[in-house]
Amino acid sequence: MVQFTDVFKSYENGAKALRGVSFTIRDGEFAFLVGPSGSGKTTIIKLLTGEIAPTDGKVLVNDYDLGTIKFSRMPYMRRTLGVVFQDYRLIEDKSVYENVAFAMRVVGASNKEIRRRVPYVLELVGLDKRTKRKPQELSGGEQQRVAIARALVNNPRLIIADEPTGNLDPARSLEIMMLLQKINELGTTVLVVTHEKELVESFSKRVIAIDGGKIISDGMGGYYNYER
Amino acid sequence: MKGNRFTYYIKEGIDSIFTHGFMSFASICIIVACLLIMGSFTLLALNVDEVIDTMESQNEIMAFVNETYTDEQARAIQERIEGLPNVDEAVFISREEAWDDFTATYGDPAAFEGLDASVARDRYVVYLEDISRMAETQQALRDVPGIANVRAHLEISEGFVKIRNVVTLVSMLLVAILFVISLFIMSNTVKLTTFERRDEIAIMKMVGATSSFIRWPFVVQGLILGLVGALLGYVMEWGIYRLLTEKLIAGSGLSFLTVIPFSQVALPILAAFGAVGLGVGVIGSLMAIKNYLKV
Ligand SMILES: Nc1ncnc2c1ncn2[C@@H]1O[C@H](COP(=O)(O)OP(=O)(O)OP(=O)(O)O)[C@@H](O)[C@H]1O
Ligand SMILES: [Mg+2]
Repeated sequence: MVQFTDVFKSYENGAKALRGVSFTIRDGEFAFLVGPSGSGKTTIIKLLTGEIAPTDGKVLVNDYDLGTIKFSRMPYMRRTLGVVFQDYRLIEDKSVYENVAFAMRVVGASNKEIRRRVPYVLELVGLDKRTKRKPQELSGGEQQRVAIARALVNNPRLIIADEPTGNLDPARSLEIMMLLQKINELGTTVLVVTHEKELVESFSKRVIAIDGGKIISDGMGGYYNYER
Repeated sequence: MKGNRFTYYIKEGIDSIFTHGFMSFASICIIVACLLIMGSFTLLALNVDEVIDTMESQNEIMAFVNETYTDEQARAIQERIEGLPNVDEAVFISREEAWDDFTATYGDPAAFEGLDASVARDRYVVYLEDISRMAETQQALRDVPGIANVRAHLEISEGFVKIRNVVTLVSMLLVAILFVISLFIMSNTVKLTTFERRDEIAIMKMVGATSSFIRWPFVVQGLILGLVGALLGYVMEWGIYRLLTEKLIAGSGLSFLTVIPFSQVALPILAAFGAVGLGVGVIGSLMAIKNYLKV
């Protein structure tokens, strides 16, 4: 569950990235977050992951109030999230399997749990034949799927994907979106940030549109109102 | 689960040491060099101290009693003298005993022209607790009624005390400066690893690693480097010390100096080296990783 209540964010240089943003994403929902470049999308993601703090307003993520959370609790909040970055952020000298297993080891999973869970997740994203490869031996779409597998592996309540299809051709993009939709059907809340109008329009999902740090429309149906 | 993590920390820590073999080697060398200098100066200070201690047990002040005092009166001052600050013990020697002693050493005193009158006086041999306060005690003795004259070897005691103070000061300064240098080198070695792994650290944070989980492999890295340096430094210090004390001093006519045998300080030195190595390793790596843990 995500709840923004009247959130403002100004960066140190005075840039007002968010000017009173309020929205709620309930458990089990699938939502797109769209908007032109510089509208504040990544800022919203960074607030969600606790990378930056709001200047004003309230950010709730999976029952954690990020305004009052203790620094030492932050890791536990993050374990309820799975984040997929536009640039994948895989570890180059680790294999596909190790990249995914790493995320489990970091949160203290046993070897036994890791051996059981990682193959399952890799199969889910269709990478069970690529487990021994290094990231640079994979296509962009495959790397993105490793990133998704890593985000999934700890069974998060919410998956956040920032431009997950930014570097992919339309066919690959659609594949990734189908995968995220499948994950959502398995019970995980999904928030996808994207530029790609056509892609959003081909799904009949909730679309939150932002421009100039304000929400300009929020509703079902894949239509949103801004000029790119 | 815990065992799993523990092996992970150790493995990652050791991996980083070999990934940056040259910097690891360099930081071990710096630690060894720093420890050798620290250790040598500490040992020098300890030895000077030992020499002074020996002098203190030997060095004495002669306090001569006024000739007009009877034997009984002269013995009565003892309590007064022993009550003075810094006086460890005062031994009374009557003029007869002193005379016998003198003639036994030098033969018939009749042969000496213009013999010092003090030979014919009752006296106290006064042992001190701390020779650095000899001048002060000498003055106090002079002020005791019935004491006619006080003789002390002030120059020697003051000389040694000065040496001790200089050596102690220089040692302490060196230890402090070298500790900071070692910390700096260690922290930079570990920083190299943290810099190379900054993306990995960011990913770890994002998937919910606790700060201590991220920190441990680097602490292990610093700890191993520090302890290896400490052990190497210790073995070398041992060798150098024995070479210097046994071969050089024994063979050069300086053997009148009391030298502490290494075996007597082996454990404290090992502990001190270990503590410095450990401290430099752990603090250095914590300094290196600090900036990466803020988010
Ligand atoms: N670290 C920062 N320091 C100062 N200003 C920033 C910082 N990050 C973003 N901004 C500013 O805040 C505003 C919103 O940026 P944000 O990154 O959220 O946009 P975005 O919607 O993600 O854009 P894009 O689609 O290009 O990724 C922009 O005007 C940007 O210049
Ligand atoms: Mg962005």
